[in-house]
Amino acid sequence: MRYERPQTIEAATALLAGTEAKSFVLAGGTDLLVRMQKDDFEAALIVDIKAISAMDTVTETDDSFVIGAAVPSAALSEDAALLAAWPGVVEAANLIGSTQIQGRCTIVGNLCNASPAADSVPALVAAGAVARVAGPSGTREVPAIEIPTGPGKTSLAKGEIIEAVVLPKPEARAGDAYLRFIPRTEMDIAVVGVGVNLTLDEGGIVTAARVALGAVGPKVILVNAAAKTLIGSKLEDTAIEALAEACSAASTPIDDKRGTVAFRKQVVGVLARRAAQTAYTRAGGK
Amino acid sequence: MSFDAAYQSKPFNSVGTRPLRPDGVDKVTGRARYGADFNMPGQLVARVLRSAHAHAKIKSIDTSRAEAVKGVKAVVTATDLPDLTDGDPALFAVLDNCIAREKVMYDGHAVAAVAAIDENAAKAALQLIEVDYEILPHVIDVDAATLPDAPVLNEAIFTQGVEPTPTTPSNVANRSEFGHGDVKVGFAQADFVVERSYKTEQTHQGYIEPHACVASCNPDGTAELWVCTQGHFVYRQICADLLGLEASKLRVTPSEIGGGFGGKTHVWAEPVALALSRKANRPVKLIMSREEVFRASGPTSATSIDVKIGAKQDGTITAAEATLRYTSGPYADMWAELGAMTSFACYDLMNVKTVGLEVVVNRPKVAAYRAPSAPMAAFAVESTIDELAQKIGMDSVDFRIKNAASEGTQSSYGPVYGPIGIGPTLEAAKAHPHMSAALGENQGRGMACGFWFNFGGQTCTDLNISADGTVTIAVGTVDVGGSRASLSLIAAEELGISYDCIKAVIADTSMLGYNDMTDGSRGTFSTSMATISAARNAIEVMRQRVALMWEIPLEDVYWEDGHAHAAGTKHGNRAPLSVKDIAAEAANTGGPIAGHSELVADGAGVSFATHICDIEVDPETGSSRVARYTVIQDAGKAVHPSYVEGQYQGGAAQGIGWALNEEYIYGEDGRLQNPGFLDYRIPVCSDLPMIDTQILEIPNPNHPYGVRGVGETSIVPPLAAIANAVSNAVGVRMAHIPVSPPRILAALNDAKD
Amino acid sequence: MSSIAVSTTINDDDVEFLCQPNETLLDVLRNRLGLMGAKEGCGTGDCGACSTIMDGRVVCSCLVLGAEAQGRTIETIEGMAKGSELHPLQRKFIEHAALQCGICTPGFLMAAKALLEVNPDPTESQIRFWLAGNLCRCTGYDKIVRAVQDAAAELRGDTP
Repeated sequence: MRYERPQTIEAATALLAGTEAKSFVLAGGTDLLVRMQKDDFEAALIVDIKAISAMDTVTETDDSFVIGAAVPSAALSEDAALLAAWPGVVEAANLIGSTQIQGRCTIVGNLCNASPAADSVPALVAAGAVARVAGPSGTREVPAIEIPTGPGKTSLAKGEIIEAVVLPKPEARAGDAYLRFIPRTEMDIAVVGVGVNLTLDEGGIVTAARVALGAVGPKVILVNAAAKTLIGSKLEDTAIEALAEACSAASTPIDDKRGTVAFRKQVVGVLARRAAQTAYTRAGGK
Repeated sequence: MSFDAAYQSKPFNSVGTRPLRPDGVDKVTGRARYGADFNMPGQLVARVLRSAHAHAKIKSIDTSRAEAVKGVKAVVTATDLPDLTDGDPALFAVLDNCIAREKVMYDGHAVAAVAAIDENAAKAALQLIEVDYEILPHVIDVDAATLPDAPVLNEAIFTQGVEPTPTTPSNVANRSEFGHGDVKVGFAQADFVVERSYKTEQTHQGYIEPHACVASCNPDGTAELWVCTQGHFVYRQICADLLGLEASKLRVTPSEIGGGFGGKTHVWAEPVALALSRKANRPVKLIMSREEVFRASGPTSATSIDVKIGAKQDGTITAAEATLRYTSGPYADMWAELGAMTSFACYDLMNVKTVGLEVVVNRPKVAAYRAPSAPMAAFAVESTIDELAQKIGMDSVDFRIKNAASEGTQSSYGPVYGPIGIGPTLEAAKAHPHMSAALGENQGRGMACGFWFNFGGQTCTDLNISADGTVTIAVGTVDVGGSRASLSLIAAEELGISYDCIKAVIADTSMLGYNDMTDGSRGTFSTSMATISAARNAIEVMRQRVALMWEIPLEDVYWEDGHAHAAGTKHGNRAPLSVKDIAAEAANTGGPIAGHSELVADGAGVSFATHICDIEVDPETGSSRVARYTVIQDAGKAVHPSYVEGQYQGGAAQGIGWALNEEYIYGEDGRLQNPGFLDYRIPVCSDLPMIDTQILEIPNPNHPYGVRGVGETSIVPPLAAIANAVSNAVGVRMAHIPVSPPRILAALNDAKD
Repeated sequence: MSSIAVSTTINDDDVEFLCQPNETLLDVLRNRLGLMGAKEGCGTGDCGACSTIMDGRVVCSCLVLGAEAQGRTIETIEGMAKGSELHPLQRKFIEHAALQCGICTPGFLMAAKALLEVNPDPTESQIRFWLAGNLCRCTGYDKIVRAVQDAAAELRGDTP
């Protein structure tokens, strides 16, 4: 196994494209090094991207936040503008693991590891995040929701790396929130995760909504039917009950050591309701 | 000289204070050396190959390709550990468990091991060992294993303790029974009866330090073992027996231990490390990974328990009965027997009967876990007691006070109690501010009692006084939580000198006589007994030296306040001599001054506790939060109160984890699905509130200072206290531990329907 | 695999070592540099016993490759005391009996030190959530939290 630390994104993509056997990108390492502990782990090449400039910064432009692929979760909450604009994304990223994990893990890594239960993904999808993908033939932009294709699988081609995640600047009177269910108070993998992003008009009526569910299917689910229950409402009881039902109906969870189908379907509705209420308050709704 | 262990009431100078522990600086600086922190020159790295099948015959093992890997120095299988157990079934179980002989009995059972010059070579070799298995049907559930069509684990197991002994083998290894009176008569007298069945899932001690050792076997039959253990003398005996070594030639040095809770009183992979070292003729370092610790070192039993209790309108219990089924892993043991003994120990009963059934299953070999078998039995009994109190319309605490055991009660497991703490802890609970505090929304309060026997056992201590008057105590019981501080306090108390002049160390097996393990809460109880005895012997020696120095009769020398005094005025007003004065003259009066003690500490004193807890339940998700927790326990005499509090809080925290989230999760294939701290969920810092403690002191009449064991009882009440609290919060009886969110949510859903 | 040469700073000392590409920082500290204070409790970042501080952030050293230490600043438990003077956290842990077996203690001290450097006056809840990645099986965390609170007060100059 080789370890390389390229200085440029071009060198990184060339290394990954040029290696026949298994190669892995190393950013925070909090998923990769766990896999490396297994006796049957095989890799020809590890590409550490942290020496590439701009990978570890959050850049605010006129219309976006560009989060480099090597920015640890903990750093996201230290960026006051980002925290104010996307509190849901930041809180989701800061629920991953523990303080120690958050000092290293990245939302790009979280997205590319493609665990169905990844904490940052529902929030990113609800926010409409876009992945900036660098490859041997240049850069392309991919909506975050199109990156994970199934457990542990992404749509990235050989040689491609996500170099940044781009979040739009939020609308006026918009708010987002992420909630997850875990049995303890920290440390657990999400049994259910819900990200909600709402935009309101001056009267407090929801004009746009995105509701994304995690850990209730092989990959994150963006539930259009759930969004429809909220649009035009002020989160009245009938609206949020319909929201909960739509989320339960859209969920396709499995029974596993972390939860059952029945439990997940019931709880996803509860969390959707609560996340929507928090997003609504953050958007200025009462 | 005979040692009088009877309690003598007196004011204390050192015992009961809170000085800093002697090993603290090493532990906060990272200098303290644990099992994996020791290395020997030339040592090899060991890796163990483990079965991925829950039950299978080993048809053959081919290690030739592994042996050919560059850097591999030895490969062992069961053939390298011939059976020297001489028909001793307990010892054979240890042998078969550390490396499988004919069958693998659980997912994780060791079948071979490799020693190589580095990790990479060992790993490569492991993957080249070829094992030919014939897979057999498996059974892992305690109740399923007792069904007539269950796969039989061992054709040689015919239920013991049943008349007549069955002629067909089964998975029920033995039946035990305790009690007195006639429960049939008693139930007929009852106005109210509650009968219910309960289940508890398997949990692990969860010590943060994985098992680790360095073994070095020499061709001349001498050997050394550095190991994290709660019982280095026990390890020496077992390893010597299994390897065919003479005990005196195997020197076992205990490292600092990173948690044990009973799990490190048993030998796991150490004989394999020794066998590898013997074959390679080089030291071998063997560390279990976290996954191996869960898969292949002792969890507790999983249980299935039926309880029936009847009482009169006035609250007097007339009959109590329990049938308790406990798993022991693949080898018969006595876990159900312990459960059957502890079940009703808190109560004064006319008619009581408990039956324990030991069930073998394809899971790892069960090990002791802090008051082994008691928490599960207490869960079932204390839940039923609560339900019965509610049925009668009596307060939970008052119902227990009415039926509590006291001095003179014949216990449900046999002996008659001396002065005990169950009544006092209940009264203290009733009066405690926690009991009358207001409950918040969605909160429920629960309380429960618990009991543990505590053990004595063989103990040796050497107390040596240096020429400068400072004292070293060498003890043979491993310090798991601060006992070196407590023993130093006791020596200080007995000798009448300052705590700062005393240093307690843990001796290795070559330096002291046999010591039983640090278990059964015996660490402070037994070793303090031996320390007091050794100190009194040292005082005798010092009196003799002073008699010599003063040239007066021995009977005219007495010891008080850390000094030798001349009795009366006939010898003139001699200035008293301190330990330092006497020690300075030791070379001239007969040589170095010491006191030794080898004894069997007896009468450890049963310890009772009552816990109170408030749980908040999220009614929409089943999530629960411990809002408040109080431990009230009788310590006899708290030698170092901070460390007694620590034992109360630590035991309670383990019980809380067990009650709420910890369980072994198996798949249909009999494989353990959560062998790691991610999905085996022990409490994290944010899961718990501050844990309040109240130490009661009802002196143990069989210890000079009244000390009782304290380390174990606090894990016994939490399962029931929490289940009672949740049951009160949700209005549904919770009968399955852990009371995890899915179970709570299901109960809430049922209540709505 | 061929070895990688790494230059780094550990506890203010310049350190150089060789390591395999798949060796973790924890492996390097314990097996190559004789710094055994960081402990392996799980190897997968779930217990925090291997916690060290890297470029000011507390991390699990079992989830960092030795090669990644290149050019970084690392603090381990061995560097926490200044000469013979224990850090207030170390002193308070002993005073409050915040350790029993002590295996988790180096990790807790590293994590608590990192906490007080970003938040000198944390609430009980903030302390508990920050330390949730450090498992203790002996103490039930009560005395650990009290020790951190007391050390924080002393560092702020609040103690009477």
